[in-house]
Amino acid sequence: MPGYRELLQQVKAEIDEVDVPRARDLLDGAEPPLLVDVRELDEWTEGRIPGAVHIPRGNLESRIERAAPDRTQPILVYCAVGNRSAFAAKTLGELGYENVSSLAGGYTDWKRNGLPTELPRSLDAAKRQRYSRHLLIPEVGEEGQLKLLDARILLVGAGGLGSPASLYLAAAGVGKLGIVDDDRVDATNLQRQIAHSTETLGEWKADSAKRTIEALNPDVDVVTYRERLTSENVDRILADGWDVIVDGADNFPTRYLVNDASVWHGIPVVHGSIFRFEGQVTVFKPHEGPCYRCLFPQPPPPELAPSCAEGGVLGVLPGIVGSLQASEALKLALGIGESLSGRLLLFDALATEFSEVTLRRDPDCPVCGEHPTITEYIDYVEFCSGRPTHA
Amino acid sequence: MKTVRIPPALRSETEGKREVHAAGGTVRELLDDLTSRFPGLRHQLVEDDDIAPFVNVYVEGEDVRTLDGLETEVHDGSTVILLPAMAGG
Repeated sequence: MPGYRELLQQVKAEIDEVDVPRARDLLDGAEPPLLVDVRELDEWTEGRIPGAVHIPRGNLESRIERAAPDRTQPILVYCAVGNRSAFAAKTLGELGYENVSSLAGGYTDWKRNGLPTELPRSLDAAKRQRYSRHLLIPEVGEEGQLKLLDARILLVGAGGLGSPASLYLAAAGVGKLGIVDDDRVDATNLQRQIAHSTETLGEWKADSAKRTIEALNPDVDVVTYRERLTSENVDRILADGWDVIVDGADNFPTRYLVNDASVWHGIPVVHGSIFRFEGQVTVFKPHEGPCYRCLFPQPPPPELAPSCAEGGVLGVLPGIVGSLQASEALKLALGIGESLSGRLLLFDALATEFSEVTLRRDPDCPVCGEHPTITEYIDYVEFCSGRPTHA
Repeated sequence: MKTVRIPPALRSETEGKREVHAAGGTVRELLDDLTSRFPGLRHQLVEDDDIAPFVNVYVEGEDVRTLDGLETEVHDGSTVILLPAMAGG
């Protein structure tokens, strides 16, 4: 049986090794290899080669396929001095990767050559504990949690949908949450709007939700807008910089306004709506998927579209639909999974049934179509009044 | 027979029923059958001899406007979903 040194020599003879200057040329080239750091977490957190992904040697076999689904993709692995990465390169070859090399001399030689390194941001001990259940999920992990802490999500409405959505987004550690709502908490809200409480009756919903969120997670910066979203203020509010909008509005004019503004600003919208026992959820990704006007070119006449205030809503329903919205928003912020873009999810609480219909972009859509006819904000209240003018 | 799913906002017109059966080989025939039995539905679904612009009709999960509109065929056992917009939040 060979000892460690003999085994290392054998492995190095079987794999491709590149020295630091060659590695730099490859990384600066037109088709840079995927750079994989196979060291342990404590080594990684003390500095890394820019652009590297971290897959510790012990997790290499289980995680490499997600980082490199294509077996022909060139991969460059490195460790501290080039020994662990040699074994890693051999393993990747055995897994079918065709173009793998190991950095001879490793990170130590890279630094010795005066090449750039970066200190990865990392979570402090308190955040590591708070978000530990996220850190355990491979699709989230520390990098994902850092993305969430950098994410900025705007909630339109802090009512039935906005309450659970904002609480779960806050709990997840989304770093900045905006809340647009011009309403005050009243007793009829408390049957479902869990961001508010008996203690905050009469307060602005934006302020009440902010208090609840800050008690839940002080990592979150909450920006409140105690105003109704209108054609006049929407550009100012969106200029504050949002990655995702969660639409939990309670009226059609705001829905159409959110849509048009999001298309023009290029911000994805996680849409949810509820009535009695049923909810609808989807994601509108500007210019990639359909928008709200592709789905519903015209609002129904008011008499055919009662609101929850008129028709009622099961208290828990917004909990389910708003949580689905939070889930979609987190996926968008993390850049993982399949979003609901192009699909409308329908939930019926009475039958306990989810169903799905396909949404397609409308090439004649007046806002996101090939020849848009609506290119600036309109009078949304009039548009939805049943007496629309020709916009 | 085909199954037509009635959205909550329209159930006052179908005696509260969540699903009703309807006869016909196309969306037009189905809607004619449906609205003859539940006349209150007509103005909520049909406008100018077409599907009202604020309602979507899905056959097997596809919007019939992207298929053959009112002439879209509906096969036995298919489910048809009527979907008006709702804004509640």
